[in-house]
Amino acid sequence: FAMAAAAARFLLGSVHSRAAATAVALGTHGGPGGALLKGAAARRSGRAAQRRYAAHFTFQPDPVPTKYGPTQKMNLFQSVTSALDNTLASDPTAVIFGEDVAFGGVFRCTVGLRDKYGKDRVFNTPLCEQGIVGFGIGVAVAGATAIAEIQFADYIYPAFDQIVNEAAKYRYRSGNLFDCGNLTIRAPWGCVGHGSLYHSQSPEAFFAHCPGLKIVIPRSPVQAKGLLLSCIADKNPCIFFEPKILYRAAVEQVPTEPFHIPLSQAEVVLEGSDVTLVAWGTQVHVMREVATMAQEKLGVSCELIDLQTILPWDTDTVCKSVVKTGRLLISHEAPVTGGFAAEISARVQEECFLNLEAPIARVCGYDTPFPHIFEPFYIPDKWKCFDAVKRMINY
Amino acid sequence: MLTIVSNALRGSASKNGTRLVVSARSYADFTPQVSFDIKRCDVHRLDQGPPDKTVLTREQGLQYYRTMQVMRRMELKADQLYKQKIIRGFCHLYDGQEACAVGIEAGIKPDDHLITAYRAHGYTYTRGVPVKEILAELTGRKGGVAKGKGGSMHMYAKHFYGGNGIVGAQVPLGAGVALACKYHGNSQVCVALYGDGAANQGQIFESYNMAALWKLPCIFICENNKYGMGTSVERASANTDYYKRGDFIPGIRVDGMDVLCVREATKFAADYCRSGKGPILMELQTYRYHGHSMSDPGSPVLLYGCCSFFLVRGTNPWIKLKSVS
Repeated sequence: FAMAAAAARFLLGSVHSRAAATAVALGTHGGPGGALLKGAAARRSGRAAQRRYAAHFTFQPDPVPTKYGPTQKMNLFQSVTSALDNTLASDPTAVIFGEDVAFGGVFRCTVGLRDKYGKDRVFNTPLCEQGIVGFGIGVAVAGATAIAEIQFADYIYPAFDQIVNEAAKYRYRSGNLFDCGNLTIRAPWGCVGHGSLYHSQSPEAFFAHCPGLKIVIPRSPVQAKGLLLSCIADKNPCIFFEPKILYRAAVEQVPTEPFHIPLSQAEVVLEGSDVTLVAWGTQVHVMREVATMAQEKLGVSCELIDLQTILPWDTDTVCKSVVKTGRLLISHEAPVTGGFAAEISARVQEECFLNLEAPIARVCGYDTPFPHIFEPFYIPDKWKCFDAVKRMINY
Repeated sequence: MLTIVSNALRGSASKNGTRLVVSARSYADFTPQVSFDIKRCDVHRLDQGPPDKTVLTREQGLQYYRTMQVMRRMELKADQLYKQKIIRGFCHLYDGQEACAVGIEAGIKPDDHLITAYRAHGYTYTRGVPVKEILAELTGRKGGVAKGKGGSMHMYAKHFYGGNGIVGAQVPLGAGVALACKYHGNSQVCVALYGDGAANQGQIFESYNMAALWKLPCIFICENNKYGMGTSVERASANTDYYKRGDFIPGIRVDGMDVLCVREATKFAADYCRSGKGPILMELQTYRYHGHSMSDPGSPVLLYGCCSFFLVRGTNPWIKLKSVS
């Protein structure tokens, strides 16, 4: 593309300046200028102080699932495509719509579906989130399966009224005469390393405050496919947040056939006896590292729970674990005040007060907008969580 | 192959490089001003539109050219820095649309107000922020115009309200600023910019209604660059005559690649608002040379559209201007 752009500029006789022409030459691979740039970058990355890590976690794939049939290597966006493919194949009323989904979507989640199933089943909407969700509610109420995509979770707020006031309350207010259970809303979610204010948000807490919805956040490709298919099948409007940093980073062997992972059942990812760690989405992988660090450095055995469904959340699994360990650490990227950790914290202290050995710790984002340059300081990384574990153990 | 191209360009640049030539000749050889015929604008609910003749003085011409050149080079440099990962996050470049920013600034006064969406680097510059502060903001440095905390989409200056990430959210804000101007009675106007993608947001229409109802001195400007990210206007809008979308608000359709056309239209619109007649809508037909943002995968599609656009319109914003200097 850059070559063609250079050619286009040349043909137009647009002689900007010497610098611009050189910039064009350098912009592509090859040429002495390009090598110079690469060399400079390499020298710069050699100095540890200036290095910015690519991610604050390492993705750990789960063991290959054997009970769902043959598997294929997929990353998170491919597992989403696979789930949508299965849905469009088995459900003739299913439609997928959103901004730019026709060509495959900005995160490639809908690649190939339009060609396979037709443009009346996979289509673009104009830039109007409120319209997208409102339209989706209508489609669902009339009996078709609606899968709406909001391009980034940060943009979901124009649709907040439609989700909270219309979708969530439809069944209740019509006395079960109508419902929009066929509606599933998908949105990329969470920090990505360079998203800053409007491409990194985790809005699950806003919607958790609304009865009538289900909110689901997977941690890996296998979970994503199973949970998304469950959301689509579920008879309630569901919001499915996909951790965008995992779209390419998370690779696993994912079953090609459709399968369901039950909603509202938290999964105990690691068994332990001293501290319960609760997280969801990307943060589960951070907590895995925290558990390893705690074992190595403190001799502390951590039990890690992936909540998976935020609303309605699995209180039994978490409380049972806290009864066993006596200590609870909850971690999420969203700001701490009013974040979902507060709800878990309140409920657990209600149910397990006498079992608690230390106050429940919440390691979350600070109460600021999601920062641009300060992201590494803002996110609840493994060091902050490890520190919280240490304090709980020594309480 | 590119080295040959760049050497050729470099050679021809130094041969007919305008800057060099200007400094070599004496100013007495130049006429102080020229008058031009500019493209007539389509109008909606107006008896007459902006004038189709305009006068450009030498100083103005050089100033517009210089400003557009700086903006272009700044954006191309930002492109390069982004690819080197020195600028991170999201970066929406403005090259190709320079005539819009420069023309608008030429048509309004420095104490008028302006608000736009995320493709804001050009406006940040025309509203008076030095290039150094813009680049510092892009790279997240303390010396940046928002202390490095905002990045590409969040740049602000006196009478410039950004720099807004959420599509369409800035337009009701602009209407609000216009209300403040009317309330203060200072005959200032507010220019609220948005794109062809944002033109389908509900809050735009809410703003139109409030501005018309209360006769706010607000100039709504739709920068129609033919693509809302990757979706072309025909596939996003039932009505692509964005200057008519204000319905009860008068509208003008302007050639956004011609800085003089934009200037005259903006002057016309500003006079309209200042005379208390209420809001007015302008559609600037323009084009961006980059994808929606630096991480946008749709670039090859846009290049195809870009080439056909040039064949049809045969314009490049400051080539037009340069050819008359």
